[in-house]
Amino acid sequence: MTSGSVHINTDIKEKVSSFLVGDRKRRKIGDKLFHGLVIGTAAYTLLIIVIVVVSVGLGSAKIFSYEGFIGFVTGTNWNAVEGRESYGALPYIIGTLMSSGIALLIGVPMSIGIAFFLSEMAPSRLSSPLSFVIELLAAVPSIIYGLWALFVFRFLIKDWIETPLYNTLGPYIPFFNQAPFGLDVFTAGIVLAIMIIPIVSSISRDVMRAVPNTQREAAYSLGATRWETARIAVFPYGKSGLLGASILGFGRAVGETMLVTLIIGNAIGPAAIPTTLFSQSQTLSSLIANEFNEASSDLQLSALIGLGAVLLLLTMIINVVARLMVSKMVKVSPGDRE
Amino acid sequence: MSKIVMNSVVIVVMTSLLLTGVVTMSMSQRSFAQLLPKQMQTPGQSNINGAGATFPFPLIDTWRVEYQKVKPYVNINYQSIGSGGGVKQFTAKTVDFGASDAPLSAAERAKATGAVHIPETIGSVVAAYNIPGIPDKGLKLTGPILADIFAGKIKKWNDPRIQSLNPDKKLPAADIVTVHRSDGSGTTFVWTSYLSNASPQWNQTIGASKSVQWPSGVGAPGNEGVANAIKGSPNTIGYIELNYALQTKTPYAFIQNKAGKFIEPTLESVKQAAADVSAKGLPKGDASWQKVTLLNDKGSGAYPIASFSYLLLPKDLGKSPNMNEAKAKALVDFISWAITDGQKFASKLGYVPLPDPVVKLDQDTIKSLTFNGKPI
Repeated sequence: MTSGSVHINTDIKEKVSSFLVGDRKRRKIGDKLFHGLVIGTAAYTLLIIVIVVVSVGLGSAKIFSYEGFIGFVTGTNWNAVEGRESYGALPYIIGTLMSSGIALLIGVPMSIGIAFFLSEMAPSRLSSPLSFVIELLAAVPSIIYGLWALFVFRFLIKDWIETPLYNTLGPYIPFFNQAPFGLDVFTAGIVLAIMIIPIVSSISRDVMRAVPNTQREAAYSLGATRWETARIAVFPYGKSGLLGASILGFGRAVGETMLVTLIIGNAIGPAAIPTTLFSQSQTLSSLIANEFNEASSDLQLSALIGLGAVLLLLTMIINVVARLMVSKMVKVSPGDRE
Repeated sequence: MSKIVMNSVVIVVMTSLLLTGVVTMSMSQRSFAQLLPKQMQTPGQSNINGAGATFPFPLIDTWRVEYQKVKPYVNINYQSIGSGGGVKQFTAKTVDFGASDAPLSAAERAKATGAVHIPETIGSVVAAYNIPGIPDKGLKLTGPILADIFAGKIKKWNDPRIQSLNPDKKLPAADIVTVHRSDGSGTTFVWTSYLSNASPQWNQTIGASKSVQWPSGVGAPGNEGVANAIKGSPNTIGYIELNYALQTKTPYAFIQNKAGKFIEPTLESVKQAAADVSAKGLPKGDASWQKVTLLNDKGSGAYPIASFSYLLLPKDLGKSPNMNEAKAKALVDFISWAITDGQKFASKLGYVPLPDPVVKLDQDTIKSLTFNGKPI
């Protein structure tokens, strides 16, 4: 963002000139030290990604040579019985994308609504405490949401949302036609949405706050209403940031493990492909969590690490697609100040 | 203000990233058990580390506390990370003893040469249910019917095959929802072994393992997860360990045994499943235990789904890197105590005490253990 660049520049100039008065030699050493430190921290991220890729690659080599990469990604069996071993990741890829997709469908509109209220409408004596509460919610460990969902929330979802949907739409639309149990993809999606809303909304709020007031003033001066201002001035300016916030939320939902394990129903093999909204399923990370401790054969262990490799690949693809979307968006609206 | 917050957030994030990195790197051996101090020994003190099955954890934990009263200078540390993890840790010699609900397979024995099996207690698995109108235990079921229920072939509770066994009960016309363990588990191994034993079709299509490909139903992690899923939803059936069912008072089925009787799972009826083990001809401690089974015992009062839980020790304790002679002595003394005096804590916790012939066999196995070739 280039907002307020003039102010920042004068600010920095003042600070630097007052700082420059200090001892030159000492400053040079400090500078070198800082240089090394920063390079070290940057190298750390590279190091970690290299370690992860190498260890995941080595660990999953066995399953990829046994099933073939395509065979593993498109296979639906997950059979760990000695002598009949066969592993495929497809049901869990679908389960992961479906539960996270539901979470995004519910979570992102709500988050943007929250962010819009906080940054554009709420008076500051309301918006600061509310922002604080949202940041507090973002700090709640996901397992808390998971246990709450398992012991309390799933019954509410089952009785108040799933059963009515099943009774009214079930007979006509196959997608709703399974007697709901409360532990399924739909519940997992809703609870994931609840989990990502705080983080997505708090980033979206920051993005909207970063939209310069000149944008809003321009819109208001043309006689736009509040909603129109949001649509023509705030959203277009902040859309890459809002998309980034959604992607971050999606990333969290895709990788979430224990919460999902508690409530998704943990079906296995072909039974884990969700054919209806109320099907039991399983995600890549929850299957790893479920079976890693007791993986008895080397091939099963390698298959579980293979799921990790698929998850890594999936998040990479999501990130690349998101970047492409952002760059396309920026191209579409050259009138923005970016 | 916001700058301070931002700064502290950055610091927290960086530190946690660094920590994760360190932990991930040191976790390459798969368990936290390694991160524990192994040589925290003050003179005269012995720290014994074990890891493995979750099933005997309450019992071993009670032993840990009670043994402190017998020998205050011996500290037992047991990590219940699961049978598979226990076998892995034991094979890698990072723990002094392992524990597993399933005997070592041929492949596992090949890797852990010179391992001995010491049965330390007997476990049993029950079919727990939640059927509206049948609040009490005592629904009668057979092995083949259970196999068909879990295979998704018997779909309704009022199926004629179930109803004809229970003429005195009014079964609902509702769909059966089966609940199974989602995590790999010794309990699943015992349960699927029983179903494979009872139904040839189950044996051919699904088989027995710590985790199998369930054709239908809901998966929940841990005994408590399965019990919770059953309790929270009507028309469900699942399998949990007997001691867990007794503690949570979940209703469970009486299952037909080999003699044709419907047997209630109790400590007594499970003990009967192991009553004639000497007649079964148990192998020596250092031989293969893969064929040993307590399933479908022919005793007329025996509950059909029972299994040993094992402690695993190396035959020559001197081969372990963290072992010295004093510690080996302490370990052997502890296990001798656990299989004799320690058994009196079993019943209270819902475990079945070992029958005398098994204790005798264990004592012979312990006597055969050595430290660098010398008897201990």
